[in-house]
Amino acid sequence: MAEITLDKVVKRYGKLEVVHGIDLKIAHNEFVVLVGPSGCGKSTTLRMIAGLEDISDGAIRIGGDVVNDLPPRKRNISMVFQNYALYPHMSVRENLGFGLKIAKQDPKMIEERVAEAAETLGLDALLDRTPAELSGGQRQRVAMGRAIVRHPEAFLFDEPLSNLDAKLRVQMRTEIKKLHQKVKTTVVYVTHDQVEAMTLADRIVIMRDGNIEQVGTPMEVFDHPLNTFVASFIGSPPMNLLPATVRGGAVHFTDGKSLPVPSRLAGKVRDGQEVTFGLRPDDLTPQGHGIAEGGERAQMELEVILSEPLGTETILYTTIAGQEAQGKMYGPRPVSPGERLVFDVALEKAHLFDAATGRSVAAD
Amino acid sequence: MQTKRPPFWQREKYTPYLLLLPAILTILFVVLLPLIFSFYTSFTGYRLIRPESLWQWVGLRNYERIFGDDDFWAAFVRTIVFLTIALNLEFLLGLGIALLINKITWGQRTLRTIMMFPMMFSPILVGYQFKFVFNDNIGILNNALESLGLSDGAIPWLVDTYLANFAIIFAEVWMSTSVFAILLLAGLFAMPRDPIEAAKVDGCNAWQVFRHITLPFLMPFVFIAMTIRSLDVARAYDIVDVMTGGGPAGRTELLWTLIARTGYDNARMGQANAMGYISIILSIAFTYYFFTKLIASRRYMGGAD
Ligand SMILES: Nc1ncnc2c1ncn2[C@@H]1O[C@H](COP(=O)(O)OP(=O)(O)OP(=O)(O)O)[C@@H](O)[C@H]1O
Ligand SMILES: [Mg+2]
Repeated sequence: MAEITLDKVVKRYGKLEVVHGIDLKIAHNEFVVLVGPSGCGKSTTLRMIAGLEDISDGAIRIGGDVVNDLPPRKRNISMVFQNYALYPHMSVRENLGFGLKIAKQDPKMIEERVAEAAETLGLDALLDRTPAELSGGQRQRVAMGRAIVRHPEAFLFDEPLSNLDAKLRVQMRTEIKKLHQKVKTTVVYVTHDQVEAMTLADRIVIMRDGNIEQVGTPMEVFDHPLNTFVASFIGSPPMNLLPATVRGGAVHFTDGKSLPVPSRLAGKVRDGQEVTFGLRPDDLTPQGHGIAEGGERAQMELEVILSEPLGTETILYTTIAGQEAQGKMYGPRPVSPGERLVFDVALEKAHLFDAATGRSVAAD
Repeated sequence: MQTKRPPFWQREKYTPYLLLLPAILTILFVVLLPLIFSFYTSFTGYRLIRPESLWQWVGLRNYERIFGDDDFWAAFVRTIVFLTIALNLEFLLGLGIALLINKITWGQRTLRTIMMFPMMFSPILVGYQFKFVFNDNIGILNNALESLGLSDGAIPWLVDTYLANFAIIFAEVWMSTSVFAILLLAGLFAMPRDPIEAAKVDGCNAWQVFRHITLPFLMPFVFIAMTIRSLDVARAYDIVDVMTGGGPAGRTELLWTLIARTGYDNARMGQANAMGYISIILSIAFTYYFFTKLIASRRYMGGAD
């Protein structure tokens, strides 16, 4: 059982505090992804779990035991590094078997485990090469193989795919997901790519500036972002966030346009409250070009500034409240700049955030 | 229309050679000619005081004489033992110093500079310095030992066979350890952090990380240092000459002091040059050995990232 618990974990470098007391419970065999912008403390958190960084305050438990003062070798975890971190002077076979050799395991058992990992990752033909003779994707696979041969309690990944080209990244992403289904183990995976986070995670942990902003399943954080940061970070293209004021049951934008307050949020706002109106591009569609018709709708006539055809859909750029906003047109037809279209706003999917705190009004 | 071929010095094929010509000429006159000349004299009965003996061809007699000479073989074996002990000690001490300096964060630059001081001294000065340290009457070592009550008589540091050889190796190690320390420190600075961390997670303790990751990574640097040192180790001649002059009674005689004595003191230049050739071959053998090791260990470092 490898449940990992972080209890008010703090990391300070000298006087500089970079992780501010985070709490997190990772269940046995769960795939958790830490995601956030560069410098938010993802790697630091992961490295504290691995034991490569000291914990300044708080406690980390693996399988119930506090591991604060245990060196990495006693934590029974495996880590895959961004730069692969293969041992350059060892062959692929030796790289894979190194951890078991250090643990003084039976050579026959090492051989079996290495063969098993090589088979899982398609490395059979490469076993006698050195890392210098491998491509980036192959090195990545060796790094993962090295992690799985030890049958650890948990895997830690630190941006394992960021050095690969786009195509290989998608392919390896799928392989990691398959691997997790085959080798059921607890996984903590760090990335700054929200698509990777959405596709891989059982649960996503969104971090900013050393704090956890939200924890939830991919659909939870996508459908119910707790604040504007999560709303803008998850989803591509990002959610439109438009400044507005609530007056008489309607949301008034600075340019005079207005929309009704979504009925599910009606009791949550007061008259005169400054808010940020959040709407995903998928929920702002020209009439007759949406995905699902019906539901709570409102209409707005908007001028199209620019259109970007993507094939099955076209991204439309327009202006609301003096800000650029994006909409989507499904089943697209050619649109010329300057054209005025009536857009459907899917109000039941719209979000309202308090302008001062950035928090979703639905959360209170 | 047919274009005229340009003169050969303007053709592309010859340009590299043309550009290298000054260097080739310099090497030719400064290195190659003396080498050929000394090789020739090693087959003559050349004596410095009788220039006409330069034309006295004696065939292989010089070589036969040295190979049959016990003093030569003693010096030869002593030189190899000296090289082996000195290089290994310098390596181990240099490694230790480099590892320690790599660990500290404060004052590292200053220490690095201080560490280079021994390299700045001329070997002659190092020789004099240690001659006075180890002198049996006025040397500070004996003085210190007596003041501390650790010995009651004058220890003959530079006279006793073992002590004298020890003193010489000590001086040589003092002078040259920093070559290893500096090169190995450079290696440690260049060492990527990731494989070390990977090894820690893979279950290694500090010693195992050093043994399985750090040391293999450092080996190319070790071989570079060994190669450089086996080329310039003959500079130890100065130290030996000043401290003991190869004596007493040849107890500290190395090939280099023997060659100098034969050539200059006994004026047998032909014979000295024959020994010189043997010592060059010895030096090349050491260098070549370390160089092949270096090439082999460099091979996998290509994809170290
Ligand atoms: N050794 C260190 N000394 C001082 N500050 C550090 C050190 N290591 C990291 N930091 C700081 O801690 C913060 C978090 O760093 P961390 O590496 O965890 O970011 P990250 O979320 O992994 O970012 P990225 O996506 O760029 O890898 C950063 O502001 C960084 O500058
Ligand atoms: Mg990072």
